[in-house]
Amino acid sequence: MELVILWYLVVGLSATAYVVLDGFDLGVGMLHLFTKKDEERRLMLNAIGPVWDGNEVWIVIVAGTLLSGFPDAYATICSVFYTPIMIFLAGIIFRAVAIEFRSKLPQSRWRNTWDVAFSLGSYVITFILGVLLGNLVVGIALDSKEEFSGSFTSFFTPYPILMGITAIAVLMMHGAIYLNMKIDGEFHAKTKRWSYRSMIFFVIMYVALTISTVIFEPHMIEKMKLYPFLFLVAALAGAIIYNVIRMLKKDNSGWAFICSSIALALLIGLFGVGTFPVLLRSTIDPAQYSITIFNAASSEKTLKILLTIAAVGVPLVLAYGYWIYRIFRGKVRLDSHSY
Amino acid sequence: MDVLLLSRIQFAFNIGFHYLFPPLSIGLTLMLVIMEGLYIYTKDEKYKVITKFWTKIFALSFAMGVATGIVQVFAFGNNWGRFSKFVGDVFGSALAFEGIFAFFLEAGFLGVLLFGWDKVKPKTHYLSTVLVALGAHFSAIWICVVNSWMQTPAGYKIIGKGHEARAVVTDFWGMILNHSSLVRITHVLIGCWLTGSFIVLSVSAYYYLRKRHLEYARITMKIGLIVSSILVILQLVSADSSAEVVAKHQPAKLAAMEGVFKTETHTPIVIIGYPDMEKKEVKGLKIRSLLSLLTYKNPVTAVTGLDKFDEKDWPNVPIVFFTYHIMIYSWGAMVMASIMGAFYFWKKKLENAKLTLMLLVVSVLFPYISNQAGWWTAEAGRQPWIIYGVLRTSQGVSSSVRASQVVGSLIMFALIYSLLFTLFIFLLNRKIQHGPEESSDLKLEEFRVKI
Repeated sequence: MELVILWYLVVGLSATAYVVLDGFDLGVGMLHLFTKKDEERRLMLNAIGPVWDGNEVWIVIVAGTLLSGFPDAYATICSVFYTPIMIFLAGIIFRAVAIEFRSKLPQSRWRNTWDVAFSLGSYVITFILGVLLGNLVVGIALDSKEEFSGSFTSFFTPYPILMGITAIAVLMMHGAIYLNMKIDGEFHAKTKRWSYRSMIFFVIMYVALTISTVIFEPHMIEKMKLYPFLFLVAALAGAIIYNVIRMLKKDNSGWAFICSSIALALLIGLFGVGTFPVLLRSTIDPAQYSITIFNAASSEKTLKILLTIAAVGVPLVLAYGYWIYRIFRGKVRLDSHSY
Repeated sequence: MDVLLLSRIQFAFNIGFHYLFPPLSIGLTLMLVIMEGLYIYTKDEKYKVITKFWTKIFALSFAMGVATGIVQVFAFGNNWGRFSKFVGDVFGSALAFEGIFAFFLEAGFLGVLLFGWDKVKPKTHYLSTVLVALGAHFSAIWICVVNSWMQTPAGYKIIGKGHEARAVVTDFWGMILNHSSLVRITHVLIGCWLTGSFIVLSVSAYYYLRKRHLEYARITMKIGLIVSSILVILQLVSADSSAEVVAKHQPAKLAAMEGVFKTETHTPIVIIGYPDMEKKEVKGLKIRSLLSLLTYKNPVTAVTGLDKFDEKDWPNVPIVFFTYHIMIYSWGAMVMASIMGAFYFWKKKLENAKLTLMLLVVSVLFPYISNQAGWWTAEAGRQPWIIYGVLRTSQGVSSSVRASQVVGSLIMFALIYSLLFTLFIFLLNRKIQHGPEESSDLKLEEFRVKI
């Protein structure tokens, strides 16, 4: 297989890891204000406490894999989406410090302020990421010099906004299921209700998004028409979502979470298949001016070095990541080291 | 103001603010490895108490470092799009190393370090501390490699012309181990360790003055004094080898650092003074031949002056000159603080040496000033190049970003960072006031709230 395609897979897998792992942190953040009890909020924070930092690293990896393998795509995406990315970064900053600061003082006004910062930050991060993905589908006004002639508001058209809201829905669901897995006692029942409700929200959004994709962005399903087995993948995603409900009913939240993660991974996969090999679509002339993995790639030598690093590093990261998750497995308990 | 200047201001401001935290975190990991190592070795609970205390301060600094560091990951593409396209191929592998082998290591094991005290065995916990320290050091190393490549590029060739031009790796190890990598990594890491040891000294001295937590402060004072005394000397050695590399590969930078306008034999060092840009000379107290001696180990050899360069290739001489000298004065202050502290500690009179204790309390500022001033020297000294001798800073800026956007983000960062800085100082002070004693502060506070 060509090196660029291999590296594209690495980018895609990093993005999947980010969405699956930091996804539940973001989901927990978005659900954070749904309870008013301090103890429940602390349980939620500590459910992600030991792991969220490591999860967030994956977004750095996504940016890094793009910069190293597809510098043109990284540079153009970052400078074209300048203002949305700045808002995204503000979300990242506030979420990070809110988690760290919140429990440092006991006053309820202090805690409420950081609770809002934590939750709002999570919404902003999720929404902007969804809008970015939506814009990657729709494309932007990109000309022959990879210059962009548009404005901030041009990113907030209906399709990307729909994608942004869908992102909120799917990660809320993912976060609720994660909480359901990590929390017992009275609070457990509440997280189950959250899981069901956010699932309904997600299914409605997903149907709306799928219909709009088929009608307004037909280029996304061209490859599906070429390779009909891809429809099976989409169907599989639906079946897995249905299985999440079954597992939740049986109170098997571990499997519910695994299924939710697989469903997320499949959705990212479908996005990748739909856009491949384009990284940034040009609406001026998609065939001519789009940035693809082929015209934006680094040299072969660099790609070889990168793949070697990834081949050694990623299994290592996954191995100790698994070990760390095992240390903190089981239900959350608050102790003197907790947030 | 244009996009270029605004982007430079934003980058300098953001990286300067970010750089308040990594040196503290990296330096503290060294202190934690020592403290927890002593706990594992002696099994004395006191070491565990101080380790836990400094872990909390480390966590605060780490959170700030991560929050402000992610901004930097995007900054290359946001504001320096053309630079990113130019260097993507070269930077790619170094940054991949950093992401995979450094960030995951530190962020992953941080969870165990902070929350794993009761969940894993002491030795496993210590292993996590060591791995967090390794991760923190690796990230410094890789980012220094990349920055050093911008100072002394090597192991690459340029393909394409004009807008399409970009650097491509030809020799991987040549690129990684470029002329300045090793000396600059060493210099930066010692700067980080100094920051870690001086904050420990400063807090311990504060407890001495207030006569609080003395049982613990004595231990940390001893550790801090030993470590800082060794480091100030090591930093002198490292500074000397850094200067030699600068002299060889970035002569215009060295000339600006010491204000050498004219190339002449017996080049002097300026002890204190200022560069007069109109008369193109430095006024002040100089020592003849010393720069020649330090650089070439020969008092006669002329050090290349700015007259050998076209003025459009000069860095901003006053900025480089002053930040360089401030860095050195600040190092001098560190030397003084550790000598005085060590002297009184050795004589067992430190508890009553008020002045020395006060000096030690403020001494935490010295490594900070040195770190910031040192980076200003390095980066302002590289100008007008973004990649020394290869790409001008003006050629690196993004083409599709407008000035209004950068003004907007600059205001946003200024507001957020001022807020964060205030809160950081406030929470840091609270932690220090609370001290290392093991009263589970949460329960105490909840008790207070109920009253």
